[in-house]
Amino acid sequence: MINELLFMNGYGVYVLSAFSFTLLSFTALYLVTKIQFVKEQSKFVAKFGSLNAEKANSAKSQRINKEILANATNN
Amino acid sequence: MFKFFQPNKIFQITSKAPKYVLFLFIVVLSVGLTEALILSPEDYKQSDAVRIMYVHVPAAWISLGIFSSITLLSISGFVFKNKNFFLISKSLAPSGFVFNIIALVTGSIWGKPTWGTWWAWDARITSMLILVLFYAMYLISWRIYENEEKVFKISTIVTINVPIIKYSVDWWNTLHQPASINILSKSSIHSSMLFPLLIMTAAFALFSLLIFLMKYNTELIKIKNKGLDRL
Repeated sequence: MINELLFMNGYGVYVLSAFSFTLLSFTALYLVTKIQFVKEQSKFVAKFGSLNAEKANSAKSQRINKEILANATNN
Repeated sequence: MFKFFQPNKIFQITSKAPKYVLFLFIVVLSVGLTEALILSPEDYKQSDAVRIMYVHVPAAWISLGIFSSITLLSISGFVFKNKNFFLISKSLAPSGFVFNIIALVTGSIWGKPTWGTWWAWDARITSMLILVLFYAMYLISWRIYENEEKVFKISTIVTINVPIIKYSVDWWNTLHQPASINILSKSSIHSSMLFPLLIMTAAFALFSLLIFLMKYNTELIKIKNKGLDRL
Protein backbone atom coordinates (compact mmCIF):
# COMPACT_ATOMS: atom_id res chain seq x y z
CA MET A 1 0.00 0.00 0.00
CA ILE A 2 2.74 2.48 1.03
CA ASN A 3 4.95 1.35 -1.89
CA GLU A 4 2.02 1.86 -4.27
CA LEU A 5 1.40 5.29 -2.82
CA LEU A 6 5.04 6.32 -3.25
CA PHE A 7 5.57 4.68 -6.65
CA MET A 8 2.38 6.12 -8.25
CA ASN A 9 2.69 4.01 -11.44
CA GLY A 10 6.21 5.34 -12.01
CA TYR A 11 5.27 9.01 -11.55
CA GLY A 12 5.99 9.15 -7.80
CA VAL A 13 9.29 10.96 -8.21
CA TYR A 14 7.62 13.76 -10.21
CA VAL A 15 4.50 14.06 -8.04
CA LEU A 16 6.32 13.94 -4.71
CA SER A 17 9.04 16.37 -5.82
CA ALA A 18 6.35 18.88 -6.96
CA PHE A 19 4.53 18.60 -3.63
CA SER A 20 7.79 18.72 -1.63
CA PHE A 21 8.95 21.83 -3.49
CA THR A 22 5.61 23.52 -2.76
CA LEU A 23 5.68 22.67 0.95
CA LEU A 24 9.34 23.70 1.28
CA SER A 25 8.59 27.04 -0.40
CA PHE A 26 5.69 27.56 2.02
CA THR A 27 7.89 26.82 5.01
CA ALA A 28 10.68 29.11 3.77
CA LEU A 29 8.30 32.01 3.05
CA TYR A 30 6.56 31.58 6.41
CA LEU A 31 9.87 31.55 8.33
CA VAL A 32 11.32 34.55 6.48
CA THR A 33 8.12 36.57 7.05
CA LYS A 34 7.97 35.54 10.72
CA ILE A 35 11.64 36.48 11.30
CA GLN A 36 11.09 39.91 9.69
CA PHE A 37 8.01 40.45 11.87
CA VAL A 38 9.74 39.47 15.12
CA LYS A 39 12.74 41.66 14.21
CA GLU A 40 10.58 44.75 13.65
CA GLN A 41 8.58 44.04 16.80
CA SER A 42 11.74 43.73 18.93
CA LYS A 43 13.10 46.93 17.40
CA PHE A 44 9.86 48.70 18.35
CA VAL A 45 9.98 47.42 21.94
CA ALA A 46 13.64 48.45 22.28
CA LYS A 47 12.97 51.94 20.88
CA PHE A 48 9.93 52.33 23.11
CA GLY A 49 11.99 51.31 26.16
CA SER A 50 14.55 54.00 25.44
CA LEU A 51 11.95 56.84 25.41
CA ASN A 52 11.66 59.15 28.40
CA ALA A 53 8.40 59.13 30.42
CA GLU A 54 6.86 62.10 28.59
CA LYS A 55 7.57 60.74 25.11
CA ALA A 56 6.46 57.23 26.16
CA ASN A 57 3.13 58.61 27.38
CA SER A 58 2.67 60.52 24.16
CA ALA A 59 3.45 57.39 22.11
CA LYS A 60 1.12 55.30 24.26
CA SER A 61 -1.76 57.64 23.48
CA GLN A 62 -1.91 56.00 20.04
CA ARG A 63 -3.94 52.80 20.23
CA ILE A 64 -1.85 51.01 17.61
CA ASN A 65 1.35 51.48 19.66
CA LYS A 66 -0.37 49.97 22.70
CA GLU A 67 -1.51 47.04 20.56
CA ILE A 68 2.03 46.43 19.27
CA LEU A 69 3.42 46.44 22.81
CA ALA A 70 0.66 44.16 24.08
CA ASN A 71 1.25 41.68 21.23
CA ALA A 72 5.01 41.74 21.82
CA THR A 73 4.60 40.83 25.49
CA ASN A 74 2.06 38.10 24.64
CA ASN A 75 4.38 36.42 22.07
CA MET B 1 -15.88 54.91 3.34
CA PHE B 2 -12.12 54.44 3.57
CA LYS B 3 -12.07 55.08 7.32
CA PHE B 4 -12.35 51.34 7.79
CA PHE B 5 -9.08 50.90 5.90
CA GLN B 6 -7.13 53.08 8.31
CA PRO B 7 -4.16 51.10 9.74
CA ASN B 8 -5.07 52.01 13.33
CA LYS B 9 -8.43 50.30 12.95
CA ILE B 10 -7.27 47.35 10.84
CA PHE B 11 -4.31 46.49 13.12
CA GLN B 12 -6.66 45.34 15.88
CA ILE B 13 -7.90 42.62 13.52
CA THR B 14 -4.72 41.89 11.55
CA SER B 15 -2.59 41.44 14.68
CA LYS B 16 -4.85 38.72 16.08
CA ALA B 17 -5.92 37.00 12.88
CA PRO B 18 -2.68 35.15 11.83
CA LYS B 19 -2.89 32.41 14.50
CA TYR B 20 -6.48 31.53 13.50
CA VAL B 21 -5.64 31.64 9.79
CA LEU B 22 -2.60 29.40 10.40
CA PHE B 23 -4.75 26.84 12.24
CA LEU B 24 -7.39 26.87 9.49
CA PHE B 25 -4.68 26.59 6.81
CA ILE B 26 -3.17 23.48 8.45
CA VAL B 27 -6.60 21.82 8.68
CA VAL B 28 -7.60 22.62 5.08
CA LEU B 29 -4.14 21.68 3.73
CA SER B 30 -4.26 18.30 5.52
CA VAL B 31 -7.65 17.52 3.95
CA GLY B 32 -6.42 18.79 0.57
CA LEU B 33 -3.22 16.69 0.63
CA THR B 34 -5.17 13.54 1.59
CA GLU B 35 -7.61 14.14 -1.26
CA ALA B 36 -4.92 15.07 -3.79
CA LEU B 37 -2.39 12.32 -3.04
CA ILE B 38 -4.58 9.42 -1.88
CA LEU B 39 -8.30 9.70 -2.53
CA SER B 40 -8.55 11.37 -5.95
CA PRO B 41 -8.50 9.05 -8.99
CA GLU B 42 -5.67 8.83 -11.52
CA ASP B 43 -6.25 10.23 -15.01
CA TYR B 44 -6.95 7.79 -17.87
CA LYS B 45 -4.24 9.42 -20.02
CA GLN B 46 -1.73 10.99 -17.60
CA SER B 47 -2.10 8.38 -14.85
CA ASP B 48 -0.80 9.61 -11.46
CA ALA B 49 1.16 12.50 -13.01
CA VAL B 50 -2.14 14.42 -12.99
CA ARG B 51 -1.77 14.87 -9.21
CA ILE B 52 0.76 17.64 -9.89
CA MET B 53 -2.26 19.68 -11.05
CA TYR B 54 -3.36 20.02 -7.40
CA VAL B 55 -0.36 22.23 -6.60
CA HIS B 56 0.38 23.70 -10.03
CA VAL B 57 -3.07 25.09 -10.90
CA PRO B 58 -3.92 26.75 -7.52
CA ALA B 59 -0.44 28.33 -7.42
CA ALA B 60 -0.90 29.77 -10.94
CA TRP B 61 -4.42 31.03 -10.14
CA ILE B 62 -3.33 32.73 -6.94
CA SER B 63 -0.22 34.35 -8.40
CA LEU B 64 -2.35 35.84 -11.21
CA GLY B 65 -5.10 36.85 -8.77
CA ILE B 66 -2.62 38.58 -6.48
CA PHE B 67 -1.07 40.56 -9.30
CA SER B 68 -4.50 41.69 -10.50
CA SER B 69 -5.30 42.75 -6.91
CA ILE B 70 -1.99 44.62 -6.65
CA THR B 71 -2.86 46.60 -9.76
CA LEU B 72 -6.42 47.37 -8.63
CA LEU B 73 -5.20 48.43 -5.19
CA SER B 74 -2.43 50.59 -6.67
CA ILE B 75 -4.92 52.34 -8.98
CA SER B 76 -7.32 52.84 -6.03
CA GLY B 77 -4.47 54.19 -3.90
CA PHE B 78 -3.51 56.62 -6.67
CA VAL B 79 -7.09 57.76 -7.37
CA PHE B 80 -8.25 58.08 -3.75
CA LYS B 81 -4.84 59.20 -2.39
CA ASN B 82 -4.99 56.49 0.25
CA LYS B 83 -1.53 55.20 1.23
CA ASN B 84 -2.96 52.15 2.93
CA PHE B 85 -3.92 50.65 -0.45
CA PHE B 86 -0.22 50.78 -1.43
CA LEU B 87 0.70 49.16 1.86
CA ILE B 88 -1.79 46.34 1.25
CA SER B 89 -0.46 45.75 -2.28
CA LYS B 90 3.15 45.80 -1.04
CA SER B 91 2.22 43.16 1.58
CA LEU B 92 0.53 40.94 -1.03
CA ALA B 93 3.53 40.81 -3.38
CA PRO B 94 5.84 38.30 -1.58
CA SER B 95 3.25 35.49 -1.55
CA GLY B 96 2.30 36.21 -5.18
CA PHE B 97 5.98 35.98 -6.16
CA VAL B 98 6.46 32.64 -4.37
CA PHE B 99 3.23 31.21 -5.86
CA ASN B 100 4.44 32.24 -9.32
CA ILE B 101 7.74 30.38 -8.77
CA ILE B 102 5.82 27.33 -7.49
CA ALA B 103 3.61 27.40 -10.62
CA LEU B 104 6.68 27.54 -12.89
CA VAL B 105 8.67 24.83 -11.09
CA THR B 106 5.76 22.39 -10.66
CA GLY B 107 4.74 23.06 -14.27
CA SER B 108 8.24 22.18 -15.37
CA ILE B 109 8.17 18.96 -13.29
CA TRP B 110 4.75 18.11 -14.80
CA GLY B 111 6.05 18.83 -18.31
CA LYS B 112 8.75 16.13 -18.19
CA PRO B 113 6.46 13.06 -17.94
CA THR B 114 3.63 14.53 -20.07
CA TRP B 115 5.42 16.53 -22.81
CA GLY B 116 8.83 14.86 -22.55
CA THR B 117 10.60 18.14 -21.74
CA TRP B 118 11.25 20.26 -18.65
CA TRP B 119 10.72 23.53 -20.52
CA ALA B 120 9.14 24.85 -23.72
CA TRP B 121 9.06 28.45 -24.95
CA ASP B 122 5.32 28.26 -25.13
CA ALA B 123 3.08 31.39 -24.85
CA ARG B 124 1.56 30.49 -21.44
CA ILE B 125 4.84 29.40 -19.86
CA THR B 126 6.83 32.32 -21.25
CA SER B 127 4.22 34.85 -20.10
CA MET B 128 4.31 33.30 -16.60
CA LEU B 129 8.11 33.62 -16.65
CA ILE B 130 7.73 37.29 -17.58
CA LEU B 131 5.27 37.73 -14.70
CA VAL B 132 7.79 36.33 -12.20
CA LEU B 133 10.33 38.86 -13.49
CA PHE B 134 7.74 41.63 -13.07
CA TYR B 135 7.03 40.44 -9.53
CA ALA B 136 10.76 40.61 -8.78
CA MET B 137 10.93 44.09 -10.32
CA TYR B 138 7.94 45.21 -8.23
CA LEU B 139 9.49 43.90 -5.00
CA ILE B 140 12.88 45.44 -5.80
CA SER B 141 11.25 48.77 -6.70
CA TRP B 142 9.79 48.97 -3.18
CA ARG B 143 13.32 48.64 -1.84
CA ILE B 144 14.72 51.28 -4.18
CA TYR B 145 11.92 53.88 -4.13
CA GLU B 146 10.02 54.84 -1.03
CA ASN B 147 7.72 56.82 -3.31
CA GLU B 148 4.45 54.90 -3.92
CA GLU B 149 3.70 56.71 -7.19
CA LYS B 150 6.80 55.35 -8.93
CA VAL B 151 5.96 51.82 -7.82
CA PHE B 152 2.36 52.41 -8.95
CA LYS B 153 3.60 53.13 -12.50
CA ILE B 154 5.50 49.83 -12.57
CA SER B 155 2.49 47.83 -11.37
CA THR B 156 0.15 49.34 -13.97
CA ILE B 157 2.60 48.71 -16.83
CA VAL B 158 2.82 45.07 -15.75
CA THR B 159 -0.98 44.63 -15.77
CA ILE B 160 -0.95 44.23 -19.52
CA ASN B 161 0.72 40.83 -19.00
CA VAL B 162 -2.18 39.41 -16.92
CA PRO B 163 -4.76 39.10 -19.78
CA ILE B 164 -1.95 37.87 -22.06
CA ILE B 165 -1.28 34.98 -19.63
CA LYS B 166 -4.99 34.22 -19.19
CA TYR B 167 -5.83 34.11 -22.91
CA SER B 168 -2.46 32.90 -24.28
CA VAL B 169 -3.79 29.34 -24.62
CA ASP B 170 -6.76 30.60 -26.68
CA TRP B 171 -4.92 33.18 -28.81
CA TRP B 172 -1.95 31.01 -29.80
CA ASN B 173 -1.36 27.36 -30.61
CA THR B 174 0.43 26.25 -27.49
CA LEU B 175 1.72 23.08 -25.91
CA HIS B 176 -0.10 24.08 -22.73
CA GLN B 177 -3.68 22.78 -22.58
CA PRO B 178 -6.62 25.24 -22.58
CA ALA B 179 -8.48 25.95 -19.34
CA SER B 180 -10.53 23.00 -18.01
CA ILE B 181 -12.44 25.15 -15.56
CA ASN B 182 -14.61 28.02 -16.68
CA ILE B 183 -16.85 30.11 -14.45
CA LEU B 184 -19.22 31.02 -17.29
CA SER B 185 -19.58 27.59 -18.92
CA LYS B 186 -19.52 23.92 -17.93
CA SER B 187 -16.11 22.69 -16.69
CA SER B 188 -14.53 19.75 -18.49
CA ILE B 189 -13.00 18.38 -15.28
CA HIS B 190 -14.76 15.57 -13.34
CA SER B 191 -16.08 16.38 -9.86
CA SER B 192 -13.78 13.74 -8.29
CA MET B 193 -10.83 15.88 -9.43
CA LEU B 194 -12.51 19.26 -9.11
CA PHE B 195 -13.21 18.77 -5.39
CA PRO B 196 -9.54 18.24 -4.32
CA LEU B 197 -8.50 21.04 -6.67
CA LEU B 198 -10.87 23.46 -4.96
CA ILE B 199 -9.75 22.35 -1.47
CA MET B 200 -6.09 22.86 -2.41
CA THR B 201 -6.99 26.28 -3.86
CA ALA B 202 -8.68 27.18 -0.56
CA ALA B 203 -5.56 26.04 1.36
CA PHE B 204 -3.27 28.11 -0.90
CA ALA B 205 -5.56 31.14 -0.56
CA LEU B 206 -5.43 30.79 3.24
CA PHE B 207 -1.64 30.60 3.10
CA SER B 208 -1.42 33.77 1.02
CA LEU B 209 -3.80 35.45 3.48
CA LEU B 210 -1.55 34.36 6.37
CA ILE B 211 1.59 35.74 4.71
CA PHE B 212 -0.24 38.92 3.76
CA LEU B 213 -1.36 39.52 7.37
CA MET B 214 2.12 38.90 8.78
CA LYS B 215 3.75 41.13 6.15
CA TYR B 216 1.13 43.87 6.63
CA ASN B 217 1.71 43.87 10.40
CA THR B 218 5.47 44.05 9.80
CA GLU B 219 5.04 47.05 7.49
CA LEU B 220 2.81 48.84 10.02
CA ILE B 221 5.32 48.28 12.82
CA LYS B 222 8.08 49.56 10.51
CA ILE B 223 6.09 52.80 10.01
CA LYS B 224 5.50 53.10 13.76
CA ASN B 225 9.24 52.56 14.36
CA LYS B 226 9.95 55.56 12.13
CA GLY B 227 7.29 57.49 14.09
CA LEU B 228 9.12 56.76 17.36
CA ASP B 229 12.34 58.11 15.84
CA ARG B 230 10.58 61.42 15.13
CA LEU B 231 9.27 61.84 18.70
